[in-house]
Amino acid sequence: MTEQTSENVFLQKIEAEIKIEPKDWMPDAYRKTNIRQISQHAHSEIVGMLPEGNWISRAPSLKRKLILLAKVQDEAGHGLYLYSACETLGITREETINDLHSGKAKYASIFNYPTLSWADIGAIGWLVDGAAIMNQVMLTRTSYGPYARAMVKICKEESFHQRQGFESLLVLSKGTEAQKQMCQDAINRWWWPSLMMFGPKDSESTNSDQSMKWKIKRKSNDELRQSFVDMIAEQIKLLSMKLPDDKLKWNKEKNQYDWGEINWDEFWNVIKGNGPCNKERIAARSKAWEEGEWVRIAAKTYAEKKINKQVAV
Amino acid sequence: MMNNNLFNYTLHLADTTLILGQRNAAWCGHGPVLEQDIAITNISLDLIGQSRSFYQYAATQKADGSTEDSFAYLRSEREFKNCLLVEQPNGDWAQTILRQFLFSSFQHLLFQQLQNNKDATLAAIAEKSLKEVTYHLRWSSEWVIRLGDGTEESRNKMLKAITELWPFTGEQFIPATYEENMGINLLSIKEVWLKKVTDILTEATLQVPENIFMHTGGKNGIHTEQLGFILTELQYIQKTYPGCEW
Amino acid sequence: MKNFIQKFYYGDIPEEKGGGAIISKNTKTEWPLWEVFIRSKQGLDHKHIGSLHATDAKMAIENARDVYTRRMEGVSIWVVESKNIHASNPDDAESLYEPANDKIYRHPTFYQLPDELSHM
Repeated sequence: MTEQTSENVFLQKIEAEIKIEPKDWMPDAYRKTNIRQISQHAHSEIVGMLPEGNWISRAPSLKRKLILLAKVQDEAGHGLYLYSACETLGITREETINDLHSGKAKYASIFNYPTLSWADIGAIGWLVDGAAIMNQVMLTRTSYGPYARAMVKICKEESFHQRQGFESLLVLSKGTEAQKQMCQDAINRWWWPSLMMFGPKDSESTNSDQSMKWKIKRKSNDELRQSFVDMIAEQIKLLSMKLPDDKLKWNKEKNQYDWGEINWDEFWNVIKGNGPCNKERIAARSKAWEEGEWVRIAAKTYAEKKINKQVAV
Repeated sequence: MMNNNLFNYTLHLADTTLILGQRNAAWCGHGPVLEQDIAITNISLDLIGQSRSFYQYAATQKADGSTEDSFAYLRSEREFKNCLLVEQPNGDWAQTILRQFLFSSFQHLLFQQLQNNKDATLAAIAEKSLKEVTYHLRWSSEWVIRLGDGTEESRNKMLKAITELWPFTGEQFIPATYEENMGINLLSIKEVWLKKVTDILTEATLQVPENIFMHTGGKNGIHTEQLGFILTELQYIQKTYPGCEW
Repeated sequence: MKNFIQKFYYGDIPEEKGGGAIISKNTKTEWPLWEVFIRSKQGLDHKHIGSLHATDAKMAIENARDVYTRRMEGVSIWVVESKNIHASNPDDAESLYEPANDKIYRHPTFYQLPDELSHM
């Protein structure tokens, strides 16, 4: 087959909603876009373990400790599923991880914000996971088979994450004055960054068009962001808390909420590495990876020794 | 009337599993490879789960409104009765693995006895936990062998870990006063334990140290300086905001 | 000339049909990749669930237990080192699978039978 016909076959599959599988012909750019997006997604899961992981040792009850530990561990699992999906495209996990540590690969900027109180754990579950889920549900229908299948697994497991976050805030919202303040303060700090998670405005997003055409992405950044605002603006009423946005108001004609403007300077600054915790996050991941190197080598060496022994016998 | 020995023994079992669970949990997000990050977190979840069962049982014994959390969060380090071994620092992966192995190999034997205990609740918790502990023992044994018989570097780290941790292994076999009438035969456990540990260390091309001075005290609330820091972190929220629901 | 994929995880490498440009390096510390198959309950087949890294089969099974059965998803695990899986080539799909399309007489619905004949 010539490259031209291969490309047509590929485009016909996309058009007909037939998934692309690892061994199928695919354009270079499709492969690269998927590698970039899936590995960024995987990195986000792994780096995302850090801010929440901060509070495992300090969780306020044994039950909360177990929930948080299980949740952060789930993120590790999700990172693993995604690295695996990425590997079907011909790049190893180690290579992708090296790109993270060198700063070449990005991850979700949200995780460059600090977790300053226990309420942040609830706010992350509710807002950050809530925002992530909107994106992830869409991605269960993405055109690359292994990515879509990983997302199905992830969405199934994620469903408890947002619920536990909201439930934990609900307890705070009914607690003492100090707990209520802690809750409102966490919402104030996490609201805008979670809106930024949907990425730049559609008019400024460089990767979106082609990704939509190839059905890697299936909804635009702005569409997803609006559904998120509409959802959270209703849910927060149950907490008797407020979103930190004076312009937030129901718009009857549009049948959706109007709301204020994201601070895009802050958005770009955090992406460029100037967020409050960019350096700490990468440093923590690099440290774990480097300090784990002797362990990985030792285990591999031992396995090889054992095979050689068997051969010798 | 409450049986003080049973109560203290229950707390001892609870504290030991909680502190090791807390220690292992610190690996979550920092493990040497994702698969093992997940594995050690599973062990941590098991251990903290076990501690909750023991604390809950202690609470029913005390019957004064105490809860699993009041025991875990509101007692001071002098009241904690965990073994010294489990409060030792994570160190590197070798030290964490060895600590797990030395403990799991002991816990496995202990819970085998405990599951037949005359106290039905302790027996039931032990029986349920034993399935988890069997896996912890398998997992940690394999890692001890891998690291001992892996590279020179990993072997050296295991040697160092043995030097660090071995002095804390004697305490487990010396019964505290509250332990004496619990129907547990620590001497018979010691014998089987030493054989198991010797077998695994031998397969790992390592050796069991001999004539080492053994530290004691944990079971009676005399700890190493480590525990204070562990509890400071663990208990911080409950102590800063007393009397809240979380 | 283009650089084609050098390393494929799901089976044989199609010689020059990769359509990509990444060359993977084998590294000193990376553990081999394994495919994991899980039987979710007795009576069902093992089903491909994903992959993971492990140094040997024993560790691969344990890792699969820790990674893929955290929510009681399985009662039995198979692992196969990914390089040992051989796969058909997508380019052969037409010649391999389409000839079955016109063999409709293999399907029970092909046969028109009187309604009175029940249970067949």
